[in-house]
Amino acid sequence: MRYLRLTAVLIPLAFVGLFFFWPVANIIWLGVGAQALDTLSSPRTWAIVRFTFWQAAVSTLLTVLVAIPGAWALSRRFRGAAALRALLTVPFVLPTVVVASAFVSLSGSRLTTWASGGIVAILAAHVFFNYALVARVVGAVWAEMHPDLSAAARTLGARKVAVLTRVTLPFLRPALAAAAAIVFLFTFTSFGVVLILGGTRWSTVEVEIYRRTAQLFDLPAASALALLQLAAVGACLLALGRLGRNSAAFEPAGRGGTRAARHSRRALAAALAPAAVLIGVPLAALVTAAFSNSGGPGLAYFRALGESRAGTTRFVAPLDAIANSLTFAAFATLVAVGFGALAAAVIAGRRRGRSAYDAALMLPLGTSAVTLGFGLLITFDTPPLDLRSSVILIPLAHALVGIPFVVRTIVPALRAIPPSLRDAARLLGQSPRHVTRRVDLPLVWRSALVGAGFAAAVSLGEFGATAFLARPDRPTVPVAIFRFLGQPGPLNRGQALALSVILMGLVALVVLLGEVAGRRRQTRRV
Amino acid sequence: MKKLLCVVLLASALAGCGSDPDEQAGQDREVTVRLVTHDSFSASEAVLEAFRKESGIKIEVVPSGDAGELVNKSALTAGNPLGDVLFGVDNTFLSRALEADLFEPYESPALASVPDDLELDPEHFVTPIDHGEVCVNYHLPAYGSSESPPPTTLAELPQARYRDQLVVENPATSSPGLAFLLATIARFGEPGWEDYWQSLKANGVQIVAGWEEAYNGSFSGGAGKGDRPLVVSYASSPPAEVHFSETPEAMPSTAVMEDGCFRQVEFAGVLRGSSQTKAAQKVIDFLLSPEFQADVPLNMFVFPAREGVELPDVFEQFAARPANPLTMDPARIDEGREEWVARWTELMLG
Repeated sequence: MRYLRLTAVLIPLAFVGLFFFWPVANIIWLGVGAQALDTLSSPRTWAIVRFTFWQAAVSTLLTVLVAIPGAWALSRRFRGAAALRALLTVPFVLPTVVVASAFVSLSGSRLTTWASGGIVAILAAHVFFNYALVARVVGAVWAEMHPDLSAAARTLGARKVAVLTRVTLPFLRPALAAAAAIVFLFTFTSFGVVLILGGTRWSTVEVEIYRRTAQLFDLPAASALALLQLAAVGACLLALGRLGRNSAAFEPAGRGGTRAARHSRRALAAALAPAAVLIGVPLAALVTAAFSNSGGPGLAYFRALGESRAGTTRFVAPLDAIANSLTFAAFATLVAVGFGALAAAVIAGRRRGRSAYDAALMLPLGTSAVTLGFGLLITFDTPPLDLRSSVILIPLAHALVGIPFVVRTIVPALRAIPPSLRDAARLLGQSPRHVTRRVDLPLVWRSALVGAGFAAAVSLGEFGATAFLARPDRPTVPVAIFRFLGQPGPLNRGQALALSVILMGLVALVVLLGEVAGRRRQTRRV
Repeated sequence: MKKLLCVVLLASALAGCGSDPDEQAGQDREVTVRLVTHDSFSASEAVLEAFRKESGIKIEVVPSGDAGELVNKSALTAGNPLGDVLFGVDNTFLSRALEADLFEPYESPALASVPDDLELDPEHFVTPIDHGEVCVNYHLPAYGSSESPPPTTLAELPQARYRDQLVVENPATSSPGLAFLLATIARFGEPGWEDYWQSLKANGVQIVAGWEEAYNGSFSGGAGKGDRPLVVSYASSPPAEVHFSETPEAMPSTAVMEDGCFRQVEFAGVLRGSSQTKAAQKVIDFLLSPEFQADVPLNMFVFPAREGVELPDVFEQFAARPANPLTMDPARIDEGREEWVARWTELMLG
């Protein structure tokens, strides 16, 4: 049993160690030197660090505030809830350039002028991209909260506000902390949003590392900044880990959500209104633009996907791109769920050192993609481990970013299982393996699916270091989108939009499939 | 059909992994040369296939980010390269690439048909393959009448009539942005360029991160329908507008200001540490061959380096051929770049 546990601890750690810590250490070591002190002591560096912290904190706070009503809505059961959940996840995978152009096509260029260089635009975009994360991670746990709990509190004379602050929020705290941690890391390392919407006036540590590494070839400064980023992210992770601990454990409802009562329809609508404006409108604009040809609505851009540029090396058959994306996503999700679930079981336990363990697995999410990408490049460069342009590095890099999502969604659910439930099962003569299978698994299944959905979305949306790898010619959908955006002409932009719509559909479909799988599991159990 | 071919090739490759030595020898007659390049690389499959049939060399394209990332990745892997040939280092990154000792020298016989002013490396570590000019583009409908003529020189851009009309890319994050900054330094000298940029700033120039945002976002002639009729783009953008329009007979709604263009020359070289130098050299010759050179314009929207190559119709009709593009010695670019960009950032964004 003890060996089993040790294996559970070591396997995810070995994976992250091999494909994250080793390459990152390598690239930092290559650049680090006396010059690091100059970089670290320059006022410009500290201005960037301040801004990075500030925008990440504000973005996280805003996202959580806007998404809490949404989380409540998603925890209810109502017709179309699954579709809604899928739809809300869509922004998460869209390339920033495409989203920016959706905003532009939405309200003319006045918005661009206002948006470029506008801090408001950065914050709004961060909420747009991360809303689903908070709403879904928290919503999944909220759905497991037994309705009797708040009912009992109210019977005992508690006011509505008191129920919220004394019962509901404590119950949700681990999930809230988990979701906030991910949003914080994502916005802390924000790259495309800051680069494009920040209009060059604002810079995060991530953007600065990119500029130093890829454009100025200033590896010493980049290394110093990468170290700084790692230290900052590590510290934040440990602090956030404390916040999410010692959660109260309640008897879970285990029914996967309470049916929305008829009279609460209006409340549902109100809770989802911010999402409708913030996410629905830009998405609708994007879809409309993809179907708007010069002569009116039509499918010209979609048709062109299979024809324009055919016969050149730049051409990507849309079906091939979709197949590549799905293959990578499937592989990355499998790896992320496997390792992530093992790690979650370890972290949810009450052993010492789990905060550090947790933080170690989360670090890839808060590390510069350039650092990792270039690190992989100089690390796996000798046979038999010359993986530099091997296809396998792509899903592995995606899985690195996917693991934290799986961990972050499973751990709160595992912690929400009251020990009494397991004790009861054991008392009734069940073996430990049976307890895991019959008690833990059914209760965390739903959360695991949410995590898997995000891991798949991360891969489909092409997050992480893969953009900086030298990739063999296996273009995914995002890669194909970028190929179109790189040249002038209405057809190029049109095709980029058309592919974005396809990407949106793909993500929605994958998430929806997860929902259906989850529901089937639920019904079988009841 | 192509799929089928791939499957057959894959199957035979797998079979080659088996132990039959004869079959392996058969496979060896065709070699694969890996061409490390930037994400904008494109070529016609038919041209590559014809080369494969004739030479027995299959070219495998390995895209590696934008031009800057490409050079930096190659510098990090110098001596143990990602491929055999690198294509896509331009004159703004040339010095750095040469300093990093990336290449084996090779003087291609095909250089005889390339004009001397494109040969920036006398030691032939790299070979010029194509060139393109970064120029201010304007949206034709915005300058229809004689009272509102389009600008004709760099010096006119700070005039009041072009107030709030120009969008440029940040030279710290964009290659055309850097080229435009270098153009102003080449034209107005040091420190004259600083005054020039200050007057642009006073005239309401907009700065965005990259070409995509400038052209597709802010530029009124681009697909995004922004509100700025002047943008820093390429001399070949108007033909691209036509080539990538929904109707083939379309006319471009954009044109090029032919003054103040900055010339970017793209080079290729045999990577040091390649295990098949001979084949790599043949690929360099191929990149300068009339077949590949004629294929360049419509794939990458740049001009072939080779003289006497017939240009496609859209290029003949709509591409600008600025007579005296601005240039700058690669060594001077490398020396000054970081300081110029830092100074520019201070001036424009500080």
